[in-house]
Amino acid sequence: MIPALGHFAIALALALAVAQAVIGLFGPMLRDRLVLRAAPALAISQFLMLAAAFAALVWAGVVSDFTVRNVAEFSSSTTPLFYRVTGTWGNHDGSMLLWCLILSLCGATVGVFGNNIPSSLRSRVLGVLGLVSGGFLLFTIMVSDPFRRIWPPPLHGAGVNPILQDPGLAVHPPILYVGYVGFSIAFAFAVAALIEGRVDAAWGRWVRPWTLVSWVFLTCGICFGSLWSYYTLGWGGFWFWDPVENVALLPWLTGTALIHSAIVVEKREALKTWTVLLAIVTFSLSLCGTFLVRSGLLNSVHAFAASPNQGLFILTLLAITIGGSLLLFAVRAPVLSATGMFAPVSREGALILNNVFLCIIAAVVFTGTMYPPFVDLAFGMQLSVGAPFYDQAVLPLTAPLILAMAVGPMLPWKRGAIGPALAKLWYGAVAALIVFGFLMFKGHFIAALGLAGATWVIIGAFIDLAERVRLFRVPFGQSLSRLTTIPRAAVGAVMGHLGFGIVVLGIAGMTLRVHTVTVLHPGQSVDLGGFNWKLESIVPATGPNYAARLATIKVTRHGKLVMMLHPERRFFTAEKVKTVAAAIQTNGVRDMFATFAGEDNTGGGEFRFNVHPFAPEIWLGGFIMALGGAISLSDRRFRVGAPARAKARKPAGSATV
Amino acid sequence: MMSRKQRRLWLVIACGIGVSSATALMLVAFRSSLSFFLSPNEVLVKHPSPGMVFRLGGVVQADTVVMGTRDNKPYTTFRITDGQASIPVVYTGILPGLFRQGQGVVTIGAMTKGDREFVADTVLAKHGASYMPADVEQALRKAGKWNPKFGPAPNAATWDDKSPRTIEADNNG
Repeated sequence: MIPALGHFAIALALALAVAQAVIGLFGPMLRDRLVLRAAPALAISQFLMLAAAFAALVWAGVVSDFTVRNVAEFSSSTTPLFYRVTGTWGNHDGSMLLWCLILSLCGATVGVFGNNIPSSLRSRVLGVLGLVSGGFLLFTIMVSDPFRRIWPPPLHGAGVNPILQDPGLAVHPPILYVGYVGFSIAFAFAVAALIEGRVDAAWGRWVRPWTLVSWVFLTCGICFGSLWSYYTLGWGGFWFWDPVENVALLPWLTGTALIHSAIVVEKREALKTWTVLLAIVTFSLSLCGTFLVRSGLLNSVHAFAASPNQGLFILTLLAITIGGSLLLFAVRAPVLSATGMFAPVSREGALILNNVFLCIIAAVVFTGTMYPPFVDLAFGMQLSVGAPFYDQAVLPLTAPLILAMAVGPMLPWKRGAIGPALAKLWYGAVAALIVFGFLMFKGHFIAALGLAGATWVIIGAFIDLAERVRLFRVPFGQSLSRLTTIPRAAVGAVMGHLGFGIVVLGIAGMTLRVHTVTVLHPGQSVDLGGFNWKLESIVPATGPNYAARLATIKVTRHGKLVMMLHPERRFFTAEKVKTVAAAIQTNGVRDMFATFAGEDNTGGGEFRFNVHPFAPEIWLGGFIMALGGAISLSDRRFRVGAPARAKARKPAGSATV
Repeated sequence: MMSRKQRRLWLVIACGIGVSSATALMLVAFRSSLSFFLSPNEVLVKHPSPGMVFRLGGVVQADTVVMGTRDNKPYTTFRITDGQASIPVVYTGILPGLFRQGQGVVTIGAMTKGDREFVADTVLAKHGASYMPADVEQALRKAGKWNPKFGPAPNAATWDDKSPRTIEADNNG
């Protein structure tokens, strides 16, 4: 009964989405106040319908209703409650519903919080969102119905893949999806602006907070995903350049470019066309990110089971959405004229440099990701592009980005000079050179480059903050009081750069990691990274739905106890799958990582021990970046003072359609 | 302040330098890091030269997995089959948790001299909702052994494998 209601709710949501698209896009032509108010109401009701559908699916999972195929295949009667809930979005059809739910949530937020947007623009924005939502709801209901029933129902479900039974799964996909789908708002604003033929500072100010929200979520989502693979896959990798990771990185790169170029639109009314294009490209890449993987075109470690008929439908939808918006851009872009002028060496110039390099990096990652399916389609050869490709092609391109990152914020708007900006940064340069020299002396070239870059960016961020509060140039107390009065957006920017520097620190530190793989019997030990790792015992243990073998490792340094590690091997009885649970202990700047991989019949255990310098900084930096975005979002100018459009120009309206 | 034309020139130059350096980097990186996927049968047909790194994928043949210890490091030998041919694989290190007999697997490594065995430095067992890697699925379909349309893969133990055994497994593990 409940699943049938859920199915019906999706159908209703589809009808509402179509109405939202038609009324939203064509309503402004009628110049009727009532019609302009219809789109927000439709968006909110569409969200309520999808929320009901999603609740129905979760309910089916919670009560283990095995007549629903989705539940029968991805849950079982022994699965703990928590994973019966998270299992809802751990598979293709359920995650599709989650995706649509978040898209409708975006529409509903614009409907609820978008009172300061001119009603015709808001109506068009919601119309575009309704159109996208309609397409994907049609897909959900036609080929990817999460409520498909099976009869007779199986007695026990097949169970969740044990590797997905992890708290990480609960947070990673929904957060990542909010990030992906959130860019739909920037996309809808861009398309609506193209229809209206008008982009100005006020437009930049409306788009930026929405973009920031999704950027914050995408950053967190990528961090959680990376953290999850770090502790789940059992060998301490945090980034594999796997297609699924790459397609999440692509919108992050262009989204980062977008939040920077939107600043230029807002402050200087320049780069308008480019920003609109970036908004379209970012959401297009998000769509590709979600769907190319499911269409089976890209094959990856994370791949959902793909079926070819779904692939064709998805590819058609993608082609219509992306092709249509790019076509609209090509036709309408010349209408948007640039006004702000600036010299190449200026804040604007630095932001353009940032955009150019971020987009080039995105293009390189895109090429590497799409080359194998292209070759497969064109020449029938199966090949793969490995991590070395990305290491060799992407890392050198980040060098100019890192160099310019500290200099950019020192430059004034309109026109500046490199000399004074560099003069402010001299401590940073000296510190970076010292770090570089020290590590080169130790013979770690890559780590030397990376850690020097990290030092430069981190110190650059602090110098930026110090400049803003005029540290040491005015009395210290006055500097402190300035700290509370400078715009939050400036604090956010400093934190964003600081966070990025810390991520670079973590990644560069990981190049210094050491590991060993060894077989130990209880009582035996091995030396690694200045520590002595001794196997104390291996004992059986039990979990809620698995049996485990628990090893105890005593780590000592010069005979003194440092820590005890308890890596586990788990055997999931219902699914008949073994997994390893790594033991990780961190002191904030170094991780000790142990995995227990297997046992031989003589009582010995196979272990992998790793020492990861600076590993926690990878995620710490990522979360600092996201926090920076959130602080920037709380800036006064986004909260109060509804941005008003310049009155001087002719009023925007349906006349330009 | 510069004119619009000058500004555009600067932009074009900056983009040009960026794009050309990126292209150069990509071409260099492509040369060293593209790896082909071959099924066991293709290995016998194409004879990849010893030392050339490629991805060998197929199903872990049942009853061929031998584990042991060498210099205190775990090592494993097994055979990968696509139902037409099978190739012995030697791997030193820890196998992924999802590595099982009769399951799809992809290994990265190179052949030793004379096509004797494949020395893998990485073994990937995929963690998707289905356990069959896409490359392997395609290889099996090409070999005519299995089409995913007609249900799950057959048990590897029942597969008709006529290739001779080339290594003696030492059962000390």
